[in-house]
Amino acid sequence: MKVLVAVKRVIDYNVKIRVKADGSGVETTNVKMSMNPFDEIALEEAVRLREKSVATEIVAVSMGGAGCLETLRTALALGADRAIHVPIDQELQPLAVAKLLQALVKTEKPQLVFLGKQAIDDDCNQTGQMLAALLDWPQATCAFKLTVSSGKIEVVSEIDGGLETVEMPLPALVTADLRLNQPRYASLPNIMKAKKKTIESMAVEQLAVDITPHLRTLKISEPPKRQAGVKVKDAADLVNRLRHEAKVL
Amino acid sequence: MSILIIAEYVQQKISPSTLCALQAAQKIGGEIDVAVLGSNCQEIAKLLAGIPGIRQVLVADHPYLVHPLADCYAKIIAPLGKAYSHLLMAATSFGKSLMPRVAALLDVGQISDVVAIVSPDIFVRHIYAGNATATVQSLDSLKILTIRPSAFQSAASGSSGQAAIKALPFTPVAPQTKLIKQEISKSVRPELNGAKIVVSGGRGLQNSSNFSLLEKLADKLGAALGASRAAVDAGFVPNDYQVGQTGKVVAPQLYIAVGISGAIQHLAGMKDSKVIVAINKDADAPIFQIADYGLVADLFEAVPAFINALDSK
Repeated sequence: MKVLVAVKRVIDYNVKIRVKADGSGVETTNVKMSMNPFDEIALEEAVRLREKSVATEIVAVSMGGAGCLETLRTALALGADRAIHVPIDQELQPLAVAKLLQALVKTEKPQLVFLGKQAIDDDCNQTGQMLAALLDWPQATCAFKLTVSSGKIEVVSEIDGGLETVEMPLPALVTADLRLNQPRYASLPNIMKAKKKTIESMAVEQLAVDITPHLRTLKISEPPKRQAGVKVKDAADLVNRLRHEAKVL
Repeated sequence: MSILIIAEYVQQKISPSTLCALQAAQKIGGEIDVAVLGSNCQEIAKLLAGIPGIRQVLVADHPYLVHPLADCYAKIIAPLGKAYSHLLMAATSFGKSLMPRVAALLDVGQISDVVAIVSPDIFVRHIYAGNATATVQSLDSLKILTIRPSAFQSAASGSSGQAAIKALPFTPVAPQTKLIKQEISKSVRPELNGAKIVVSGGRGLQNSSNFSLLEKLADKLGAALGASRAAVDAGFVPNDYQVGQTGKVVAPQLYIAVGISGAIQHLAGMKDSKVIVAINKDADAPIFQIADYGLVADLFEAVPAFINALDSK
């Protein structure tokens, strides 16, 4: 069984982002980039399925500038068998990504598609669900645990205030939440091996998909800054202030 | 303009988040309809019809719809899109699962987790876990939005409204997904999301057993218990305690950070809290730059003293 995993290149989660002074976006030059952490979890889950002999092949896909090649190398080092890059320099919105992935699913014919529940840059939480709708596949979002057996997948999902378990026939789509697994680190031999693998390139034109933006970003701004408050002298002073000044106790 | 809100309900009660979506719809302006899907949901339809300011309540009632499942719900909602300028739903678990499906079926770009409405086609939302704010214009004639409930007040409920209740024409399609079970956690402490007070611990706690100190403080305050990623990575507490960019994003009335230095990734998850307290022995810890009240002290002395001080009036 083939698993397709979509991985996005984003600003590393440890980087303090800087909003550009002209409000046009977020500074990305000379900033450390990484695989979206939720996508890394999705990929790890696919690798674990292959280790259990449930999956036979893992195809990682990334869309965007040449930097995505580095993200795909990481995916190969972490256990993907093949990688496909859709090179494009313009901004891609979730609907466009979903349509491009739909076109790739048609040619690759995976039984499972895994994505992160959201990218930590735009925080949209849309692409997986949109892709599932376009494919008319069932979906389980925010997966916490999953089990594949005889043409079915059972997924425990994180929902507000608890967990929900669903069963879906294959093919199906799953988006990964934080608790699904702890991704491994790539080993040096695997990093070296990944360097030798080829990354296929698939042009947007080949996929014949309309990627016209549906949204226009007018402005990116910094949220209001918090000011440092006061230092209290001891615990009693703290409780006193919380009670009478902040009135939160 | 005409707006359709997809309602949610639990055990024959309208979800509070749906009323927040209604408030957002009122800010956009125009006629407001509400859709309610389910099995035996006529009572909910009546409750919704009583809310002032709603023009009509559209009901899809069918055994296939007994559980909210995105695949079959989306197929019923999507055809309605043509009659409206806006489709709205609260950004709950199900709202986040359903609305992008509806948007894709209609070939519309969705705007997720809207926190403010600038005009009927311009909206504000957070990106980078709230470290930046984006003002976004929809270029589609139909706008599809999910609304962050905590950013909007709850619209007035009540029973003085007299909205018409109409059955939705639809072809029932069996869901592809089968719901096995739902487990809503019954912790002795409140859930991190939605708690009024959160007590969080970081690497400064040194080990797992020291977290019991924070448990005492949390229980004294009726607070939820959280942790920084560093504490989770060090194995002190399970992953679902994590507050931060890769964990839960919380905005309680009071956030108490104990032994947390204040890594960016943690701040992203709690900086919208109303009042922030930091207890840390390192006076230069970045957490103090955003804390309203900072206590530079050894947490192993400060936390018991905090608990004692809470006992005395």
